[in-house]
This record gives sequence, C-alpha cells and structure tokens, in this order.
Amino acid sequence: MPRLVSHPDEVKIVSRRFGMGADNIDRYIELGGYEAVKKCIAQGPEWIIEEMKASNLRGRGGAGFSAGMKWSFVPKQSPKPKYILVNGDESEPGTCKDHLIFLHDPHAVIEGTIIAGLAVGAKMGFIYLRGEYRYLLEITERAVADATNRGFLGKNIFGSGVEFQIITQTGAGAYEVGEESALMESLEGKRGIPRIKPPFPAVVGLYGGPTVINNAETIATVPHVITMGAAAYAAIGTPRNGGTRLFSISGHVERPGVYELPMGYNLKKMIYEVAGGIPGGRKLKAVVPGGSSTPVLLPEEIDIGMDFDQVGKAGSMLGSAGVVVIDDQTCIVEFALRTISFYAHESCGWCIPCREGTDWLKKSLTRFHAGFGTPGDIDNIQRTAENILGRTFCPLGDAAAMPTIAFVKKFRKEFEDHLNGKPCPFAREGVPQLTVV
Amino acid sequence: MSPDNPKLESMPVFSPQLAARCDALVQKYPVKRSALIPMLLYAQDEVGYLSDAVIAEVAHRIGITELEVRNVATYYSMLRFKLAGRYNIQVCTNISCMLRGAYDVYERFQEELGIGPKGMTPDGLFSLEEVECIGACCWAPAIQVNYDFHDELKPDLVPGILGQYRKQAQDKGKNA
Repeated sequence: MPRLVSHPDEVKIVSRRFGMGADNIDRYIELGGYEAVKKCIAQGPEWIIEEMKASNLRGRGGAGFSAGMKWSFVPKQSPKPKYILVNGDESEPGTCKDHLIFLHDPHAVIEGTIIAGLAVGAKMGFIYLRGEYRYLLEITERAVADATNRGFLGKNIFGSGVEFQIITQTGAGAYEVGEESALMESLEGKRGIPRIKPPFPAVVGLYGGPTVINNAETIATVPHVITMGAAAYAAIGTPRNGGTRLFSISGHVERPGVYELPMGYNLKKMIYEVAGGIPGGRKLKAVVPGGSSTPVLLPEEIDIGMDFDQVGKAGSMLGSAGVVVIDDQTCIVEFALRTISFYAHESCGWCIPCREGTDWLKKSLTRFHAGFGTPGDIDNIQRTAENILGRTFCPLGDAAAMPTIAFVKKFRKEFEDHLNGKPCPFAREGVPQLTVV
Repeated sequence: MSPDNPKLESMPVFSPQLAARCDALVQKYPVKRSALIPMLLYAQDEVGYLSDAVIAEVAHRIGITELEVRNVATYYSMLRFKLAGRYNIQVCTNISCMLRGAYDVYERFQEELGIGPKGMTPDGLFSLEEVECIGACCWAPAIQVNYDFHDELKPDLVPGILGQYRKQAQDKGKNA
C-alpha cells in the first residue's frame, strides 16, 4: 500500500478522505459523499457550469484549461450522444496522484463524473485507467457497481428521472494514450494515435459525439467545489488558479509523497520544509516542476509560487505537478538521456519529427554520456529538439523537446565536461562505461 | 495454431470463465470494438501471451480481422507475443525511480535470478524486464510483479520478494 504523508501546511480537499476507507460506499456517504450531486440535480446545468467557471478550477492533467469553460463548449443540442471521459491514464513520469485518488476515493471520481454529465446533458461516462493500475480498476469497478445498486447510477439517478451510467475501461501500456484524442482512439479499440484538431472533443469526440474529457483529479475535485461553493474554493488559490493541487514530490527529498497544497505554494518551501529537504547533506542541483515533460529549473529559480501562471513566467510549466528533485551527485546528461529514452519509447510514431527526433536524441545522448561526444553534438542536440517543437499533432513531441532544450541550455558546462573521451564524471560505481579503444 | 495438429484446433482457447467474461465485455460498450483491448489483456492474463490462437479467437469475438487485432495489439507495451515467466518482474527505472536507486535494484534482480534484461529463468517461474513509469514515483524505487506493486525497494529486499513468490508458487502447486 503506497505510504500516505501529511504536513501542517496542507489544505486537504481532494485528499480529505484518503486513508478513511471511503472506497466503501457507506463510508463515503457518511463522510458527506453524494451530497454535491443531489445539489446539482436541484440547481440544474447552467448553475453547475457557472459554479465551475467561478471556481477557477483548471485542468489537472497538465494543460491547465478552465474546466467550466471546457464544459460550456459542449453544444446543448446534439444528434449524437454526448459523453464524459475521465482520463486516469496517469503516465507522466513524476506523477502518482491519481493512483491515490482511485485507491482511496473512487466514489469522488464517480460523483464528479455524474455532475459533469448533468452539466452538459450526457447520459454516459467512461473512466479510463492505465493498464498497470489493475487493482485500482477493480476498486473502481466495485465502486461503480455499488453506486449502480443504490440507484446513484442508472436509468433514474437519485429518483430524478435523469439517466446516467458509467463504464470503466483499461488501457494496456501507452503514455501517448494520456493525450485526449489518442485516449478516445484507444477507447474505441484502436491504436492510440492522436487526432488532428479541430474539431475539438467538445464537438466531435468519442464515437463522434460531443465529449468532455477531464483528468481524474479535476473530476474528483468537482464535488468538493460544489459542496464548499465556488467562491470559497477559488479563495484558496491564487488569482485565476483556484483551489489546491495534489503535488507528487519525488526524487532526492527526505519525505517524498503526494501533498495537497494551495495553488501558488512556494516551490522552495515545498522542497525544504514540506518534503524535508535533500538527504545526506547534499545540495540541490535542479528541479523538474511538473512532470518529466516540463523544463528543468535551477536552484536560483525555485523561489516561485506553484501555479500555472508563475511557473510559466519562470520558463517552465506546472504540468501535472510532479515535482522531481535532483541533488548535486546526479549526472544531468544521464538524467536527460533517461528522460528522452522514455519519450523515444512512447512516441506513437505518427509524426515524423517526434518519431525520428526522439530516437536521434536518445542515440546522441547515449553516445555522448558514454564519453564519445564531439563539441558539435551539444548544439546538435539542442537543434534537433528545437526542430521537434511545434511540429507534431499532439504535445508528446513538445514534451520530449522542451526538457531536452532546457537541460542543454542550463547545464551546458556539464555537457562540456563529458567531452573528449572523458567518461561521465558522476558515474555510479560498478556501472560499466564505454572506453575509447 | 498448428495445421499439423488438428487436436489443438478443437481445443477451446479460453476457459469457461474467460469466455463468460468476454461475452460480458462485448455487451459492455456502445460499440463492440471497445472491448478489444481489455479482452486481449484478460486473455493474456489467462493464456500467458497473445498466441495465434488467442488472436484468432479475439478477432472472431469482436468481428474484425486478425490483422486488425495485431495492428492494435502491437501498439500497447503490456501486450506480448511470447510467453513470460509465471511472475513477470517489471522494474521501473524512469527518473523518479532512477534517482532513488532503481538500477541497483534491477541489477540485484539480475544477479539473484541469474538472468539478463528480458530474460526468463529456466523453470519459467520468473521473467525480468525494465519498464517505463508505473505511477509510483513518490514510493520509488518501485516494481510490479504481474499486477502487484512493491514500493520503496532496496537491493537487499530483492531476495525476500523472490522468496515470497517462490513460496506462493509452491503453495499453489500443493493445492493443485
């Protein structure tokens, strides 16, 4: 069972029921569950969307788009059925928050999905979990069955005459499927390849019907926004960044874990106080602030508030809020190589700049890290990455390029230290390295 | 399926339980084809890998060609076309796990099992592979053995984990 952590600075909203047995439906109801959806049935769709807009809840998957705005784009009348799609494909390295949501509070996801359905007039919702999360899929399936047995899902939810049902789905191992249109392809039983936009999912989505697709954390937040009121929720965060965020803090910290902190919480404080600082008296070298696809920050750049706008201003992204902390004994070239290896593995192959570019970068960095680099490689690595940027259907290409560019720009000296047949200065003991023959 | 062995052809590919599960799956979605990926995964769980017979059976049940099934199946990293060990050990070495010693854990597994990356022990009990992020970054380094997570690993914990699965296999053998 993944370890739960806590810190006095936390504001527990989404994680309020973690560790309280709320995967049991009776316990969930005892803890105030399924009240928000009743309120929504009474208030009607327009009220829900206005509440959501006023809450400043922005998408927790990484793009940070206003959830209320997204919902408002769905046409009121549609000849095709409308769908709600919950993205639980959580695969961004450094991010493990949805893992805990499905483990501890699956009914919050179900309740949020019903509310989204009420808001846009959909009768069916899908919860898509990555294939590796089989035990979480089983927990979620049980929760859906329990909710259906109580009449919270079905032809006549809560006796309101409204129909809504939820279908669970499993992936089978693919990072790319976390991209919204690729996820729809996967759910339709196809290869997870992105679709060109427009049309956007709100108009043409799953099975060609208007579709709202939200991250699991966004959906799990919805019932809390309704219960506490949009104004109260928005007041917790910073302007335009409502509420709290589940920060997955990992890497070289004393107390890694998923912490729920207000939007805009200081990153430096997050690392040194909340997560207990760097172990073993080592120093901070770099921080990846929002999952592996976000550009790295230097120690002097981390005195910032963690919300979408402030991290953006610092030249990176809040992304999925996966904070990866790197100490001074880590080789950045190796870290960059491990990062790009992931994207090379996960590129779906649809767009040539991404398919070929990530593979080239992986090969260049492998050779470079082994001590066979040439001075021209450093600029070449940067240029290759820059040529992927913005030239792909989906953001995977950018996700691979952005961190690579930042590693080269911010740690050029360390790249140069690897040059001229020198092996990695940080080589771990016992790890064989190529030597110049 | 071997054309030289007609006996194999007449054998059911799926157990009654799996067949029933597949029957339910094709009813579950608004469009039948949505059942494809879960069906492949559940079939693999039972059979061990996507054999030609499994592909043919799934194609028949969904109502698409075997080629279409293969086209989809080859995209997903969890789906495999070769047998893995009874316990497939998947060591995450992505950034968060790497920073906390995942490669040391991976090496220890290789030493203890006497096999290399993507290898399988001669008794077929264990196979070993390096995988991408499994969503356990805050409890790193982490591995999955089949679908079970093991968090906060150290190389010294490796023999104990292997012992636990060896015992599980023995106990199941006794009951069988």
